[in-house]
Amino acid sequence: MGRVALFVPCYIDQVYPQVGVATLELLEKLGLDVIYPTNQTCCGQPLGNAGYECELDEVANWFVDQFAQFDAIISPSGSCVHFVKEHYSFIDQTSSVKYVRNNVYELCDYIVNVLKLRDLNAQFPHQVGIHYSCHSLRGLNSGMPSEVIGGDHSNIQDLLESVRDLSIIKPDRRDECCGFGGTFSIDESAVSVKMGQDRSADFEKQGAEYITSTDMSCLMHLDGILKRSKSRTQVIHVAEILNQTMAVR
Amino acid sequence: MNHSVAAEKFIQDTPRVNWHDKAVWYIREKRDRAVAFVPEWEELRDAAAAIKGETISKLDEYLVQFESRAKENGIIIHWAVDGEAHNKIVHQILDKHQVQLAVKSKSMLTEECGLNSYLEGQGIEVVDTDLGERVIQLAKEDPSHIVMPAIHRKKEEIGELFHAHLGTDPGNNDPNYLTEAARHHLRKKFLKADAAITGVNFAIAGTGGFVVVTNEGNADMGVNLTPLHIASMGIEKIIPKPEHLGVFLRLLARSATGQPITTYTSHFHKPREGSELHVVIVDNGRSRQLGQKDFRRSLHCIRCGACMNTCPVYRRSGGHSYGYSVPGPIGSILSPNMDPEKHASLPFASTLCGSCSTVCPVKIDVDKQLYKWRQIITDKGFAPTKKTMSIKLGNYSFSNPMIFRVIGGLARMGMKLLPKSLTNLLLIKWTKDRDLPKIPKRSFRDWFLKRERVK
Repeated sequence: MGRVALFVPCYIDQVYPQVGVATLELLEKLGLDVIYPTNQTCCGQPLGNAGYECELDEVANWFVDQFAQFDAIISPSGSCVHFVKEHYSFIDQTSSVKYVRNNVYELCDYIVNVLKLRDLNAQFPHQVGIHYSCHSLRGLNSGMPSEVIGGDHSNIQDLLESVRDLSIIKPDRRDECCGFGGTFSIDESAVSVKMGQDRSADFEKQGAEYITSTDMSCLMHLDGILKRSKSRTQVIHVAEILNQTMAVR
Repeated sequence: MNHSVAAEKFIQDTPRVNWHDKAVWYIREKRDRAVAFVPEWEELRDAAAAIKGETISKLDEYLVQFESRAKENGIIIHWAVDGEAHNKIVHQILDKHQVQLAVKSKSMLTEECGLNSYLEGQGIEVVDTDLGERVIQLAKEDPSHIVMPAIHRKKEEIGELFHAHLGTDPGNNDPNYLTEAARHHLRKKFLKADAAITGVNFAIAGTGGFVVVTNEGNADMGVNLTPLHIASMGIEKIIPKPEHLGVFLRLLARSATGQPITTYTSHFHKPREGSELHVVIVDNGRSRQLGQKDFRRSLHCIRCGACMNTCPVYRRSGGHSYGYSVPGPIGSILSPNMDPEKHASLPFASTLCGSCSTVCPVKIDVDKQLYKWRQIITDKGFAPTKKTMSIKLGNYSFSNPMIFRVIGGLARMGMKLLPKSLTNLLLIKWTKDRDLPKIPKRSFRDWFLKRERVK
């Protein structure tokens, strides 16, 4: 386990710096040598999903250049990781591009499947609902979607089950999409908002104090809806929970 | 019409959209329970996808084989290049037999071709005999779902409709009562009809026979009471051998309605004595879809509707918002092949959550095809919102860290400093029903650089 790179998606960099901080601190506490390449920008997902993949060559190649020299690239966003893994087929498949696509990880996936850790000695005395990011769940196979038969295992649930004093509350619909969807949230704002309202209501009904996820973008959308209705339910990125009170073992 | 505009209208009636979402989700849950009884479910999906993949790779051979076997059986085969040709062929056959009333069991292909209105224009009465189809026919609407065409209608509304058209008691919305009334109404039509039109669920190349599945037995009623049976099928309905049927029949009903099997699975191999059996084989854009590597797999579709039931967007926008005979995720990847400009908004009517692909019994990569259609539609200049300038700016700034940081910083400062009314104006679509996140003083990168300096 040599040097790993921290990939902080553009909107987390600008709007949710605390999620980047928590991810960095957590990885350092786990003993990793973490580098934050300071010239990183954006993976290009917002443009790709809007149908502008043809405009993304430079963005994707820039991304690869920033990260190709590390043993692993870790990010607190399953959706952005999925974009790099799944959609970077539109640029020339050089060895660097292939390498980056094969070695970019969503945070929980990296902790559970590469570091093989479950219990991070974190503590979070709250009722927490897991919101599954669709791109993590189905795009990165980070868990078992409800439409596939075979239990409800997931990386994020594995990690949260080991957090002291945290109780996981379960919504009626285990993995219904929140309705964010990038430009969908603007282009189809009526459907997007309705989906978000239904999703947050499901968590509120079960008494969740917090909704957590591997993706801050879903949470930004849900948070906007919760705040508008003056709800007491809050959102928190999973990295922020896992980084809480790591007592000395 | 743009999907988002139609969806917004549908969503304005909150109790109705909640009811629609729950009604459709109920079918998805029923499907989950039915599927849980089949331990080899995923293997069945693999087998079905493999059979379909092999079949469409040699579709020309299988179609010709089907034609020659069917002819040997005494079936009359017709080929239609598009919907118009299909309608003309059907009309010619009906005309030759001087048909005045035709009974039709559910067929999405005839919806796609607009057969009913064409025949009515030619003075032939067509009565849909599937209960849901009959409901929307009386209401003069298009189906909003391919398996449950009247899922958008509440029983109270059906009660009113039947009161007006079938003379049922006013205010009586009991489903059993209404179904019984429809049964008597349809029986009269069956006895009067001169011809039966059906769809085709599976056509078997090796035997020249075909299979039609229904829950109401209405296909059999029509076919067995009239001297003329016309079956319309898309070219993708072929399967090579009878033994492949078992794979698809096990998948179809469970995926569609959560039933282990449909009530009726009717096999047709040759005309009944004293009657004629015609099969119209329709292309209507399918061979063009077959020629596109990225979209070929959409021809696996067996029209189960599971992708609609699982789709969080479909459930909250209703089938009519798609403006195409096949709504929902599968319709959103089939319709751009027919007219990419007219249906330009449909591939964008998705969060790309991917649940359609995992639920699909024949493993169509629906979400990936939605993404690919977006690229094509944007390239053709049909994208629902024109974003060219900001997109170019995005590309420029994302590949230039200096500019990216300046823009990011300005945006953050702007959001903090500008009056809320102005930022709201800028982000009106976001902020209509959602608050904006609180904007931090500094970016993660700024925090990081400061930490490095302190180190």
